[in-house]
Amino acid sequence: MNNRTTRQSPPPPTPQIRINGIWGALSMPMLIFLSLPILALFLRISPANLVENLRQPEVLQAIGLSLGTTMISTLIIILAGTPLAYAHARGQFRFSRLMDTLIDLPLVLPPAVAGVALLMTFGRRGILGGVLADLGFHIAFTTTAVIIVQVFVAAPFYIKSASLGFSGIDQELEMSAALDGANTPQIFRFLTIPLSWSALLGGSVMSWARALGEFGATIIFAGNFPGRTQTMPLAIYIGFEMDLDIALTLSVILILLSFLALFVAKYMLNRDWMSS
Amino acid sequence: MRLLITRLQCLVVIGLLLGTACGDGANAEEVSNSNQKQLTIYAAASLTEAFQQLGQQFETEQPDVEVVISFAGSQQIAQQLSQGAPGDLFASANEKQMFNVINSGRVLQGSDQEFVHNKLVLILPADNPGRINGFGDLTRSGLDLILADQSVPVGAYAQEMLQRAAQDPRFGTDFKSIVLRNVVSYEENVRAVLTKIILGEADVGIVYASDAAGVPGTDLQVIPIPDEINIIASYFIAPIADSPNDQLAQDFISLVLSPQGQEILSEYGFAELSQHE
Repeated sequence: MNNRTTRQSPPPPTPQIRINGIWGALSMPMLIFLSLPILALFLRISPANLVENLRQPEVLQAIGLSLGTTMISTLIIILAGTPLAYAHARGQFRFSRLMDTLIDLPLVLPPAVAGVALLMTFGRRGILGGVLADLGFHIAFTTTAVIIVQVFVAAPFYIKSASLGFSGIDQELEMSAALDGANTPQIFRFLTIPLSWSALLGGSVMSWARALGEFGATIIFAGNFPGRTQTMPLAIYIGFEMDLDIALTLSVILILLSFLALFVAKYMLNRDWMSS
Repeated sequence: MRLLITRLQCLVVIGLLLGTACGDGANAEEVSNSNQKQLTIYAAASLTEAFQQLGQQFETEQPDVEVVISFAGSQQIAQQLSQGAPGDLFASANEKQMFNVINSGRVLQGSDQEFVHNKLVLILPADNPGRINGFGDLTRSGLDLILADQSVPVGAYAQEMLQRAAQDPRFGTDFKSIVLRNVVSYEENVRAVLTKIILGEADVGIVYASDAAGVPGTDLQVIPIPDEINIIASYFIAPIADSPNDQLAQDFISLVLSPQGQEILSEYGFAELSQHE
């Protein structure tokens, strides 16, 4: 009560205070529920143990493989997803609603379905697998399979975000740039990308984080082989039955990486908003 | 008001029906108590199909007996029995869990016996894309082999078997390391090994014979592994010491050990005792 009377002398914001009070109290249970399991993981393993486990070859292999594959898959998603996102944002297709649904589909598919579907496509007996095998490409059970899975499940995050970013740009800006003599690549490079930068970055980070956490489709389509297809989530799952310490170590690292990525992305997006 | 009356009537009718049903149930129980005996068996999960058929066989032989079988992992059953779960018979997939139950006092020392074997086999897609004709072909380079992970029992047994092969002069000391180079995946359960071989995603996998037996022959080829290096799992059966149906339990064990019982087990991929004795 005291607070409110003192703050009523400068002009506006009493709503702000209410949000901090009642809403703050009401939001605590959910916030605690979301953070407690993560805290529990960190409490379960000592820092000394963590560092010691980090030296184990299978832990390092899994981390290396996860970082390598997710970097490549995110790059592929950006390169191949940007044109689709732009077409999606600008194009007036007859089937744009169908296209929209197709892009959303991997988001809601159970990972096991994605894994089986990819096996039916790129597996040895899959609809493309036979042709690829004749050309000498063997995909199932290879690192390539891990990357394919990651692109499939994670691409929608980037495409949707980028598409939103692109459709937020006033088309007249692009048109006037064209009138001033800028060609299409120039417009895209100097106008469209800078203006949608935050959406592109945010989408990339979300895609990367989703690829990093991918498990179900990977173990079905790519199998489980240390150093080749055993990414961090797979090593955590196998480790849970063999060596709990390894599972805990990798879980902590996975959480730290994801948290850091999301945090940095949000910070950069924030700064972007402020400067614009 | 009319609606309310209708609803009340409904409730009354339902109540009457329930009452009758309960009465019937009680009667049925009395009947079964006076005439029908129940034989309760705890059996390892891998025995599911084979023991269901053995149970039916037993019921046709003794029509006044109802066979009730609870299937679970042997370790889980051993726990339950040690905690005092009531029952007449225990069939374990290994000696260790039988030993645990003997230690708990629920099975008398010396009353348990081996009744069937299970062993590792190679499984291939029906059209044999790797053109494998025998166990020795596992070393051929370019072959895609799928094993279960070492955290899965059959995966650990497969590694042990390859180790034994490496100690056998016929296969050579580097046999295991050469074969392991062909491994493309360590699956997290034995069903995943089966499915991926059926799908033809790899050339060969290693599973238990009883796992492969459930799959129609048109989907899968099975190649035996030489007995000298194979890991042969022994299954043990024993009556529960405090069973009220001791004679029935003994009868069931006799059925399992009889030529007819052994034939049923071998239909489901298990190896008859006589083959190894």
